[in-house]
Amino acid sequence: MSTAADIRSAPPRRRSIARRKATDLVIKVLSWIGAWFGIAVMGFIVWEVVARGAGALNVAFFTQPTPQDVTSNAGGFANAIVGTLAITGVAALIAIPTGFLGGVYLAEFGRNGRIATAVRMIANVVMGVPSIIVGVFAFAIIVKPLQHYSGFAGSVALAFIMLPLMARTTEDILNLVPNEIRESGLAMGAPRWKVTLGVICKAARGGLITGATLAIVRVAGETAPLLFTALSSPYWMTGLFGPGGFFGGPVANLTKTIYDFSGSPYPHWQALAWGGALVIIIAVLGMNILVRLLFQRGKEW
Amino acid sequence: MSTVGLDAPQSPGAPRGAAQAAPRGHRRRLGDPVFRVLATACGLAVAVAMFGLAGVLVYNSWPAISGLGTSVLTTVAWSPVDHQYGALAALAGTFLSTLVAMVIAVPLALVIALLLVELVHPAVARVLGTAIEMLAAIPSIIFGMVGIFVIVPFVQDKLVPWLLTTPLANVPGIKPGPQFQGGGVSIFTAGVVLAFMVLPYITAVSRDVLKMVPQVTKEAGYGMGSTTWEVMHKISLRYANSGIVGAVFIGLGRALGETMAVAFLIGSLFTSLPQSLFDPGTSIASLIALTFSEATDKIQVSALIELGLILFLITVVFQVLAQAWLRRVQRSTGGRA
Amino acid sequence: MKKSARTWRLMLMVAALLAIAAVAVAVAACGGSSTGAASGSSAPAIEGFTPVPMTADTILGAGASFPAPLYMKWGSDYIGVAGVKLNYQSIGSGGGISAIEAKTVDFGASDAPLEQAELEANGLAQFPMVVGGVVLVVNLDGVADGQLKLTPDLVAGIYMGAVTTWNDSAIAKVNPGVKLPSTKINVVHRSDGSGTTWILTHYLTDAAGSIWTAGADKEIAWPLGVGGKGNEGVAASVQQLSGSIGYVEYAYAKQTGMTTAQLQNKDGQWVKPSIASFTAAAANADWKGSLPSMYMVLVNQPGADTWPITGASFILVQKDQAEASRAKTTLTYFDWCFTSGASAATSLDYVPIPANVYKLVEKQVWPTITVSGTPVWP
Repeated sequence: MSTAADIRSAPPRRRSIARRKATDLVIKVLSWIGAWFGIAVMGFIVWEVVARGAGALNVAFFTQPTPQDVTSNAGGFANAIVGTLAITGVAALIAIPTGFLGGVYLAEFGRNGRIATAVRMIANVVMGVPSIIVGVFAFAIIVKPLQHYSGFAGSVALAFIMLPLMARTTEDILNLVPNEIRESGLAMGAPRWKVTLGVICKAARGGLITGATLAIVRVAGETAPLLFTALSSPYWMTGLFGPGGFFGGPVANLTKTIYDFSGSPYPHWQALAWGGALVIIIAVLGMNILVRLLFQRGKEW
Repeated sequence: MSTVGLDAPQSPGAPRGAAQAAPRGHRRRLGDPVFRVLATACGLAVAVAMFGLAGVLVYNSWPAISGLGTSVLTTVAWSPVDHQYGALAALAGTFLSTLVAMVIAVPLALVIALLLVELVHPAVARVLGTAIEMLAAIPSIIFGMVGIFVIVPFVQDKLVPWLLTTPLANVPGIKPGPQFQGGGVSIFTAGVVLAFMVLPYITAVSRDVLKMVPQVTKEAGYGMGSTTWEVMHKISLRYANSGIVGAVFIGLGRALGETMAVAFLIGSLFTSLPQSLFDPGTSIASLIALTFSEATDKIQVSALIELGLILFLITVVFQVLAQAWLRRVQRSTGGRA
Repeated sequence: MKKSARTWRLMLMVAALLAIAAVAVAVAACGGSSTGAASGSSAPAIEGFTPVPMTADTILGAGASFPAPLYMKWGSDYIGVAGVKLNYQSIGSGGGISAIEAKTVDFGASDAPLEQAELEANGLAQFPMVVGGVVLVVNLDGVADGQLKLTPDLVAGIYMGAVTTWNDSAIAKVNPGVKLPSTKINVVHRSDGSGTTWILTHYLTDAAGSIWTAGADKEIAWPLGVGGKGNEGVAASVQQLSGSIGYVEYAYAKQTGMTTAQLQNKDGQWVKPSIASFTAAAANADWKGSLPSMYMVLVNQPGADTWPITGASFILVQKDQAEASRAKTTLTYFDWCFTSGASAATSLDYVPIPANVYKLVEKQVWPTITVSGTPVWP
């Protein structure tokens, strides 16, 4: 039976301690190297885009539509930027409210019930579906029957991706709100819907806005769903319907245009593609940082 | 604990029985059920969307499934002009590029997660962690562009020529096959870029999972005189085992379905199995992206959609497995049920 | 105090988003047009900035990347002329055929003409729009444009994988004095269904049939090589991969300053790609005999100056049109291309279709394009 005194007085096994410390040090060094390597790659990617794209961002870039003439140096990305805003905006209009209410269902009504668990599982699965498949799906149900490409079909594809994302994010945020809030709201005599929308959501406001913004920004950068739905166009949208309109014909968008131009052999078009990539990176990273800063306590309510 | 189906209690002072007759109570009765039905409908919308997707995929791939049978999975070449609709080359390319991505990304992710959880000040960890998460926000088309303008020339002009002078050049899998085209656009390049696309996901989930290890247990280890690494690998990693497997599955799912970056970088060789990492190849997602818009033959369209269905099923399986593994770690560490 | 600060931030963010949205809507609604540009010719005041009038007329075409530089230039010229917007999407000949058969576009473009049987089965009318040449482009240090010489057997050998290094004796034999590296030839071809491939493979089957055994079609089972998407992708790939060879329509090579190769034509003469050599090849075409489908192969034509890999690019339209005004707008556009588009075509080194052939098209093919039985044109 060894006592504490015995243990303390026993000689330390020096060699083994030195080796353990050495291993520990090696791992620590490797961790630092690994982490900095990962960050460096990210910085490298952003740097490449900035370096190659900065030169393309001038007034013409933001005011002129995408070029068609390979012999001239004119052209910009303006219609593509507007098109992406429109397509993403409509997708958000479809998916954010629906996803929000779906998340409310999961957090408030269904919770651990069978249906809700199934819906939760399905939402997780749908979030992992490759976006090209979503694009093919939107082609099959909208473009093919109506026999024309449209920005709206692109919005539907993007909404499909956003919907489960928004639902799960909403559920996670609402679950963080303590039950005391719910109970005190209900105890005041307010109807269920008022408690949910007026009290709980107000409390979780920051997180919800963060979630919605991040969902929108995530799909704004998608290319594959737009390949067979919104296609692309070198012109501005002319209204809503008709062959140049949002619901009636192809709509220019950032990602498909970047895809087309970066795969082209013309230096001017490639430069424009880098400019477009820079715009996307600024928007995506900017929004990410912005929502985190503004609502940095969003995850805690 | 909020109860399900609890009617809003009446405001103090109003007689209990009067609520049903009062107009305010009448409105209250309508608002709640409507809200509940609406929310449930929206919740179900997610499920409906998924079943709709699966249904459309199955319906449209049925001609190929019934007409071609299992030949899609056993034939190598995708060559519609020869009426050959084999997915094997695409499956091999998908698998190999994902493998390269995982081999690079998983150790890197684990090491970064370790650092974030154990080795740095929490404030620094938050900043670094956010920076890594930003990588996840970068759209794949940008990875594709950086890949093709920066990584491809590097691999083609510097890496591969150097590699071929080393003894590694004879290792099967690195040794150039008959389809070798310089190695710039190849499975390897696609895998490397994929690695950095999935890295933030695996890192984020691994970090969250490692954070869930009870502090008490780790402190017990430290109290015994363990070094940081020993606590990490004898305690934390054992606890977080399942979670890390789950994280890997999430990364896998993402790598399998990645389209745009791979389409740029993998070489678009549809007709033979790659014999080396530096051979060009194709993946299911990029095959669909590149050839879908020109498929005129009904059976070709159907076969492409069948490929989409196969990819869909693979990602579903991986997602389900990932969720299952992650739930296990939640249970074992007593996390949020 | 904290609460109001957060509220302010929230309001600021919402205001910013609304402002962006408002700007986007305003810009989209105005269509980027300058005031007053309604119709008629308007010379661009700023280079490349063509005022786009507010009109709903947009024609959507998709297909071959072979004529894409020209079609897009015609599109940007035509707005100034008639105010009609032509949206041409370069997705490859296979994509063009697929799109017009699915009726998702107003016209499809393909360099691989359809045979009469397929035209009838899909209710399509076909006519040639322009002629161009396919050239071999290489990325070799120290080799200048037009310096490298290739025989049809060599091209076939390279694409079959029989000739694997640049300093192969067969290549060196026809290129005395050219410094050829000992590196492997990196082969680039098309990954999508391509009319350019159709033209090239027909040429190889015709001129090097003993070596070329991979067939002749829009898409073939390439023995080796990496695939690029569209003529654009092949050109970009060859630009990026040193020691590579690819095939593209001439405009892509010329406009990007890529290194092209000379070819030995049927008469045994070494020719460089140029509008003169394409025109020489197209001169022998018997368009009248090709009616009603106007199917035409122009590869490997006899003549001292002919470019051996020349081809015509075709337009496909649905014979039975749904909307008369839309069909009329589309045919009016093509009429303009035939009658006024020649200068744009020659500026990009495409050979315009001569007036007598246009007459054939107008009198023999266009009457078959009808709305409820009534011809749309004239």
